[in-house]
Amino acid sequence: MSVDIVTEALAGERRAVARLISVMERGGEEARQALSRLYARTGRAHIVGITGAPGTGKSTLVNAMAKVYRKQGLTVGIIAVDPTSPFSGGAILGDRIRMRDLTTDEGIFIRSMATRGSLGGLARATADAAHVLDAAGYPVILLETVGAGQSEVDIARTAQTTLVVEMPSAGDDIQAIKAGILEIADLLVVNKADLAGADNAVAALRAMLDLGAARTEWHHGHLERVEGVVGAGEAWRPPVLKTVALRGEGVAELVTAVQAHRQYLEDSGLKQRREQERVQEGLRRILRHTLLERLLGQISEQNLERTVQRVVAREQDPYSAAEMLMAEAGLDGKKE
Amino acid sequence: MPEKKIRVLVAKPGLDGHDRGAKVVARALRDAGMEVIYTGLRQTPEMIASAALQEDVDAVGLSILSGAHMTLVPRVIKLLKEQGLEHVAVFVGGIVPDEDVPSLHELGVKAIYGPGTTLDEIVRGVREGVVAGE
Repeated sequence: MSVDIVTEALAGERRAVARLISVMERGGEEARQALSRLYARTGRAHIVGITGAPGTGKSTLVNAMAKVYRKQGLTVGIIAVDPTSPFSGGAILGDRIRMRDLTTDEGIFIRSMATRGSLGGLARATADAAHVLDAAGYPVILLETVGAGQSEVDIARTAQTTLVVEMPSAGDDIQAIKAGILEIADLLVVNKADLAGADNAVAALRAMLDLGAARTEWHHGHLERVEGVVGAGEAWRPPVLKTVALRGEGVAELVTAVQAHRQYLEDSGLKQRREQERVQEGLRRILRHTLLERLLGQISEQNLERTVQRVVAREQDPYSAAEMLMAEAGLDGKKE
Repeated sequence: MPEKKIRVLVAKPGLDGHDRGAKVVARALRDAGMEVIYTGLRQTPEMIASAALQEDVDAVGLSILSGAHMTLVPRVIKLLKEQGLEHVAVFVGGIVPDEDVPSLHELGVKAIYGPGTTLDEIVRGVREGVVAGE
């Protein structure tokens, strides 16, 4: 069964793509096997992340951007992520409401995903879902995320170009910029630019960028300050753009800037470097998860329970307890 | 932990503008652990079937208060079948006269939830309808 849907998805068959994304969400062996079959066909798409606080108009902007790409004759994959309720495990995925006019366009694929317990603004399977769309031949993939907390960093890990969406606030000052936003934004967008305060917002963002929310780059999984120029030519200066997504104003210019960033990534060699970082981070994440699973598989329930009780009773500290469990599972760290 | 999440599309087809019921049901389904793709108002049968395909849903809930159920529901079911989505459980909520209920069941609608249905009934019904279709 899996064999069929992978082949069909690679040929771009929409139902197979949808089912394959579900396979990725479920995870496990089926997902692993499917991914190994399509991975060679990934790496071609331009993955664009769109993040920002709730209410800034991300979905409407994604909708408008997709239309511009379609006018250029490109097909677009869209993944819209919304939070899973920590209490019920369920979710309301409502981003499609803003994308009604794209629903029946055969050149656009929209998938709503719930975070399912993932702490960042993306679901664990979002990257894999993007791989499916990439392998299925979509040249542009727009990832729209929940905009809160650490999610901005998550999206910068998965996307190649990250857009941060802001909107004018009631007063003169732009709302408090969360740490990390300016550092991961490749482009900044002031949406709802028809509202009062738009120009102030743009000026404030430009000032902050000038003041040296320094350019940062991924290095061994962390963002580090980069001194001087990265690669050949000028370093990328994140542009601050104005849009009124609901009316499509400024969106063509935004897409042009996004495409310019992709070109810059290729020309500067940054695309390769970021990809390496991404792969390294991804491998570490998978190893962490898999090793833990295997380790826990080697430890009996009773053993684990007894260990917990010992630590609770202060008979042992957690680190020694962990060492003991690892030794019992055959991982005592001593080289043969 | 790989777990099976039930994905439900909740849509209001046609020109009916009263969506409070649909929203209440959507929240109840979420509180029951399901993922609800809420598409909102003025959905055409084509939009509903297309979304159901892309979202790989297990069930579709149609909220219809306008009386147009005998036109809209058959078209949605036909389109779902055409796209290979016959396994998707279809539910109708809203105002459906008693005499139309048998026809809707014949078309394949799993359950019709009129005024007075409890949220518990709906949650259970959706769950059972999805499991039955697997």
